[in-house]
Amino acid sequence: MTRHLLLTSLLALAAGSATADEIRVLNWQGYGTDLDWAVEAYAAATGNTVLHEYFTSEQEMLTKLRTNPGAYDVVLINAAFTRQAKDEGLIGPIDTTSMTNFENISNGFTTDSELVIEDAVYGVPWTWGLTSFAINTNAFETAPDTIQVFWDPAHKGRVSIRDDALEAVQFGALATGQNINDVKDLDSVEKKLNELMPQIRTFWSSENDWNQYMAADELDLATYWSGSAARSADMGLPVAFVVPKEGAVAWLDGLSIPASSTHKDAATQFIDWMIDPDFYTRWDAEGAPASANAAAAEALADTSFNKRVLGDPDVVARVQFQKPVDDATRETYLELWQGLKARQ
Amino acid sequence: MAQAPIPGDGRRAAGLLAPAYLWLTLAVFLPLSAMLFFSFLTAAPFGTESPRATLENYRDFFETPTYALLLWKSIRLGLWVTLLCVLIGFPCALVLARQIRGRAREALFLLVILPFWSNSLVRVFSWAIVLRGNGVLDRTLDALLPFDVRLGLMFTPAAVVIGLVHSYLPYVILTSYLALQAIEDDIFDAARALGAGRITILRRLILPLSLPGLIAGAVLVFVPVVGSFMEPRILGGRFGTYFGTVIEDQFVAVFNWPLGAALSFILLAVVLAILGLSSPVLRRGLT
Repeated sequence: MTRHLLLTSLLALAAGSATADEIRVLNWQGYGTDLDWAVEAYAAATGNTVLHEYFTSEQEMLTKLRTNPGAYDVVLINAAFTRQAKDEGLIGPIDTTSMTNFENISNGFTTDSELVIEDAVYGVPWTWGLTSFAINTNAFETAPDTIQVFWDPAHKGRVSIRDDALEAVQFGALATGQNINDVKDLDSVEKKLNELMPQIRTFWSSENDWNQYMAADELDLATYWSGSAARSADMGLPVAFVVPKEGAVAWLDGLSIPASSTHKDAATQFIDWMIDPDFYTRWDAEGAPASANAAAAEALADTSFNKRVLGDPDVVARVQFQKPVDDATRETYLELWQGLKARQ
Repeated sequence: MAQAPIPGDGRRAAGLLAPAYLWLTLAVFLPLSAMLFFSFLTAAPFGTESPRATLENYRDFFETPTYALLLWKSIRLGLWVTLLCVLIGFPCALVLARQIRGRAREALFLLVILPFWSNSLVRVFSWAIVLRGNGVLDRTLDALLPFDVRLGLMFTPAAVVIGLVHSYLPYVILTSYLALQAIEDDIFDAARALGAGRITILRRLILPLSLPGLIAGAVLVFVPVVGSFMEPRILGGRFGTYFGTVIEDQFVAVFNWPLGAALSFILLAVVLAILGLSSPVLRRGLT
């Protein structure tokens, strides 16, 4: 039944285009757009094929867009970077009138986000999630409700955070009760992080790292992303995601079309399929971040992690959405973080 | 050696050397000069904005105490690893060259070189499996010893040193071995005939005569270890930040190529300075 629905909705999408195109997608590896079944369903419905290229950091993504004009048709851009990409002329406005699912996207994401600039859509809100932390359920009898658990001597040498200056500073900002987008007291953040250092076993840099350290029982708790936590739990790791009372960092990812794309129609179709509830419910079963499409989020089973945890109004009230960070601030954070690491 | 040059020799030599110099130009000089060029720019020349020339990347190094601290950490790491490689590698080479003959020597040689045939990343990950808590080493020791063993070596500076020593030890063994093998046996017979003991032979004959090989090995170890980034990153945990990892960050994570290039050239300059300062000692050893 689902399959049937899925195909009809795709066929409806495909009605507009007759010729087969090959579109190139630039994304993180293993992040939704490259799921085999999703690409196959899109190819079956539209006749267009999908090729992927990957990046491992936002800076790399921007560099690839700058250096290879015309090479990509769809690119995943975190909302904190969309404006920069637009200002550099890397991405163009998207005509959403032909998209069937765009109207179902939660208002909060279309009106009050960095993706829609001067009434033009530069990124279609796709997924969102939290950067908070996950615990090894074997190490805790009851899940902690505070971020201060990272500084608990009981977990000395058993915690980890990601090796990323921005994430580390925002983590310190949350722990010192500050606004993550406007850190007033950077000294107290540095002091707090400095106290955290002896607690840390190692830094992690990818989801794969994280899973390995957890599987090898090296860690009691570590910062993590909500979608990844759902995937790790799905793999059978003893992992539970925690949104502490101090709050968490929320991020929004959008799908954009490079200004230099030569297959804009096919790209729009692909994005429409990516925000389709049929696509999302199936992806969610394999471990996905939260969907920006309200209809897709509603379609989830009540037991789903994304509906249970991220659909909880109490949780949503505690999160702070990440705003763009200018180069000077980024530089300051990087210096602080490198200094902390160097003194170990 | 000092023979009068035969006419036409120069041209022949130039012809024979040309491929080598061409290769050096292509493989070493051009990429290095591109990096040198980058290090004087405000941004990597990819975007729409054209970068300007600047000295800021070099000034950054002198204005940020973090970089000097990391450089010192890396040099200390280099000295430790070199010292350990020499302490372990030289005796190994001595035994290989003077005590073991025939097939056994070939087999041992193979064992020394064998790790070189595997990818270095694979080697480092193998060490991670061996060293980590409840890993191969912990379990083996636990099974052998009556008391509870928890070494906790993984994610410590010691783990980084172990990984690096393992990676670079063959250099010292190979260069020392070649130098040791070249020593004529007659010299030892003569020394013994004149009443020299084992220690005297080692101190007065073997060490001075094989010093060139030992020094070449030590330099081959020291230079790459000071700039190493993979081993510290994987094995060092929170202690794994060194000058090399910061350079890697500039290229891979932060995309500040000019700063990364500038830091690389500062490292190169410092390493050359260290080798230059120690050159009187080295030269004495090499002659």
